Amino acid sequence: MRGRPRLTQAARQVLAQDRRVLGRLISAVENRDPKVIPTLRALYPRTGRARVIGIAGPLGVGKSSLLNGLLAHLRAAGRTVGVVAVDPSSPFTGGSVLGDRIRLEREPGDPGVFIRSMASRGHLGGIAAATLEVTRLLDAFGMDFVLVETVGSGQVDVEVREVASTAVVVLVPHLGDEVQTLKAGLFEIADVFCVNKSDLPGADLAAKDLRELISLARSTGGWTPRILTASARDGVGIAELWAAIEAHERFLDEAGTRAATERRRLSAEIVGLVTERVGHDLAESLRRDPRLSNLLDRVLSREVDPHSAVEQILRAGPRRPIRVP
Amino acid sequence: MAKTANAPPVRVLIAKPGLDGHDRGAKVVARALRDAGMEVIYAGLRQTPEEIVESAIEEDVDLIGLSILSGAHMALFPRVLALLKKRKASDIPVFAGGIIPDEDAKRLRKIGLKAVFGPGTSLEQIVTTARGIARHRA
Repeated sequence: MRGRPRLTQAARQVLAQDRRVLGRLISAVENRDPKVIPTLRALYPRTGRARVIGIAGPLGVGKSSLLNGLLAHLRAAGRTVGVVAVDPSSPFTGGSVLGDRIRLEREPGDPGVFIRSMASRGHLGGIAAATLEVTRLLDAFGMDFVLVETVGSGQVDVEVREVASTAVVVLVPHLGDEVQTLKAGLFEIADVFCVNKSDLPGADLAAKDLRELISLARSTGGWTPRILTASARDGVGIAELWAAIEAHERFLDEAGTRAATERRRLSAEIVGLVTERVGHDLAESLRRDPRLSNLLDRVLSREVDPHSAVEQILRAGPRRPIRVP
Repeated sequence: MAKTANAPPVRVLIAKPGLDGHDRGAKVVARALRDAGMEVIYAGLRQTPEEIVESAIEEDVDLIGLSILSGAHMALFPRVLALLKKRKASDIPVFAGGIIPDEDAKRLRKIGLKAVFGPGTSLEQIVTTARGIARHRA
């Protein structure tokens, strides 16, 4: 495609700071409504300016409270902030209670803040499937920073890495001994560690364990994760936490790795979208194909095994007949 | 993006306007709506009408539920409805629960509240009504 895509009505309204339209677009993205794609297409050239910061960590460690501290800190500095707070959906009913707003305070009527709660809707990894696209909408809306708070599911809460340029992992004292810090997953993604609830005993020990972990680890791309303590409740350590986040953002620019990271991320996104589309189309055409039923009978009677059935389906392609030997 | 076969979940904001510390009812209702498959944005205690309407717009909810015990419903609820109108969001229906005299409930319904639940209402009835009055997406 050449030139800028034509602005849709909704895109124009987002650029004109219409909060209602932004809210509705976010829902459309969450609901995977294909009608929203022309608007996403129109807004994409206006994205890439906002910095996305991820806040991950187990449940109850104070992610929302720290985020609230960062929000106040950034607003005091005149920066605009979008917040995406993800909470889990029930695997049984699909319902959810999204409770992160309770901890987020703001000046009444402040247009420089937009907060959106998201249910994970069955997506694992600590964020929702639509989180990346939602951060992009907030970027197009003109937010300087987008703070993404993860579900807080625990050790595999790592996918925020795929949407954020800086990942903060929040911990508290007494989460376990130093062997925990050796485990794979959450501890691997941090650019900044924050030991929250530092007013509790044991915070210094937790920070020391983290320092030991980091001394053992090879530094990834020249950045050594920072380790800080904070007490979000008392507003202690917030400025230092933001300084560490900014230091990492500066590092990305100075080391020239930002573009490479984004390229890798976009590649994953596009491959993912293609896979989803192709998989969906193939599944749809298969469901309508009477030859699948025939093949199923033969798998059921142990004449053909499932792997050979897959081979035959793939060899046939979506709209060609499935050849069964 | 592939279209999912299932309808998207109903999004509902549950909030307690004004100075009122009694949030047990709101939590019980939030939980019941969650178990009915809805996405409940729980805004919690001491919300101003302005905060409630802003949350409803940012969260793009299909329904707002207000819980109240303080007796200030005749001051706070009409304000929420007026602000929704001002923000061109009158299409978001509002229901309420709590200690609201019948006479007031009647007047509130007249100005646009879709349902008012008093003590003793079954959760089943609240869920069914909520589902019935929630905004349907185009």
